Amino acid sequence: MSELSVEHLLGIKYLKSTDIDLIFKTADHFKEVINRPIKKVPSLRDITIANLFFENSTRTKLSFELAEKRLSADIINFSAGQSSVKKGETLIDTVNNILAMKVDIVVMRHANVGAGVFLSRHVDAKIINAGDGTHEHPTQALLDSYSIREKLGSVKGKKILIVGDVLHSRVALSNIFALQLQGAEVKVCGPTTLIPKYIGSLGVEVEKNLKKGLEWCDVANVLRVQHERMDIKYFPSTREYTQLFGINKDILDSLGKKIVIMHPGPINRGVEITSDVADSNESIILNQVENGVAIRMAVIYLLAQQVKR
Amino acid sequence: MSKKILLNSKDIEIILHRLACQLIENHNDFSNTILIGLQPRGSYLANRLAHLLKNEYHVKQLQLGLLDITFYRDDFRRRDVPLEATATEMDFLVEGKHVVIIDDVLYSGRSVRAALTAMQSYGRPESIELLVLIDRRFSRHLPIQPDYRGRQVDAINEEKVLVTWNETHKKDAVYIELK
Repeated sequence: MSELSVEHLLGIKYLKSTDIDLIFKTADHFKEVINRPIKKVPSLRDITIANLFFENSTRTKLSFELAEKRLSADIINFSAGQSSVKKGETLIDTVNNILAMKVDIVVMRHANVGAGVFLSRHVDAKIINAGDGTHEHPTQALLDSYSIREKLGSVKGKKILIVGDVLHSRVALSNIFALQLQGAEVKVCGPTTLIPKYIGSLGVEVEKNLKKGLEWCDVANVLRVQHERMDIKYFPSTREYTQLFGINKDILDSLGKKIVIMHPGPINRGVEITSDVADSNESIILNQVENGVAIRMAVIYLLAQQVKR
Repeated sequence: MSKKILLNSKDIEIILHRLACQLIENHNDFSNTILIGLQPRGSYLANRLAHLLKNEYHVKQLQLGLLDITFYRDDFRRRDVPLEATATEMDFLVEGKHVVIIDDVLYSGRSVRAALTAMQSYGRPESIELLVLIDRRFSRHLPIQPDYRGRQVDAINEEKVLVTWNETHKKDAVYIELK
């Protein structure tokens, strides 16, 4: 297969496993490109991409921007903070105004769940979801799986433990979909208040004991505690959270085996993960960042193939 | 669909030897020369020539790269079937080197144009030459001509030149097919 089965990348749940294979295969080629002395290809010279970030982002925004530039696309950036959204403009109006400037692809992050799906029904452009509220963050899940595949050879049959604030995490949901689609086993671990009530319906088991979970898994994907999304107190104190669910060197040393440590960033050092673990050889956190550019290049390239001339 | 044989394996072997000798004539010991096969099909010819130069003509130092030009093509989004990329294996720079681009069939010249653009990502070569097994005359869209050619063919546009290799089809041969 050399074409995606979808017209937009709205979430992993819309993808087939063959789509993921194609994205990974294409990303392999782009990974080679971004390690060349001149890290740029001219494929997307006639494509214009708008990056619409209605919510804060550093890494994802930079990664998308770099991926687009490496493919030679023209890009326009938009951050809600400095825009007419503050003056009361609706999402469709904002986007249609931008599309009137002849934009082919829209990369959007939005605080509302389903913003990407909504947009894809109303505007004539390819939509890439760069995170919609607590729902999905497909490119992050793709780069996570890609990094696991790179480190362990494949994703199929591997055991992955997602640790921490699963409730507020779009990374967790997209990861669960992506990993299961590729034949991996997923468990989640965290304070009961931060585990979604219906997580069992996704075929995901909950592990309440961190040490047991780590003993079971091949890879631990550690999530950030999203203080900014917590409207109520979900656990008594950060200190208690760290004692029960924080990953440190002592607990890893006590396992009797090596596991791979991942984190989508930004890290709260000393809260969900200690510095010596984050910077250790078992950690592939910076590989995730590098692979993020290759994965996003692949997704943009494959969707741009479908843009009509 | 009719198919007629243009070169058999013996013809191809003779041609490969001639091309190897012509390369030696211009590039001496190949110390400052890089051979680059265009992926996917040019790589078979490039590998074959490299093997011949090393084993039959005792060229000691030979640098061979395989270049994928998919991302540099000018027909992105213009084709019915999406382009599929192949791996690039270039673990060196071409800065200051004499480069020989190798492909099986030269037709419109667009692949070679893409290869010239792709080459810029690896530095500024001293010179670039082109070697092809089959040169289809009168079919060029761009002002590109080979420096070394195996055989010149006057095929009409409805005809297709098909090169098969031992590695892929268990037989070295060149056919002309009527589409």
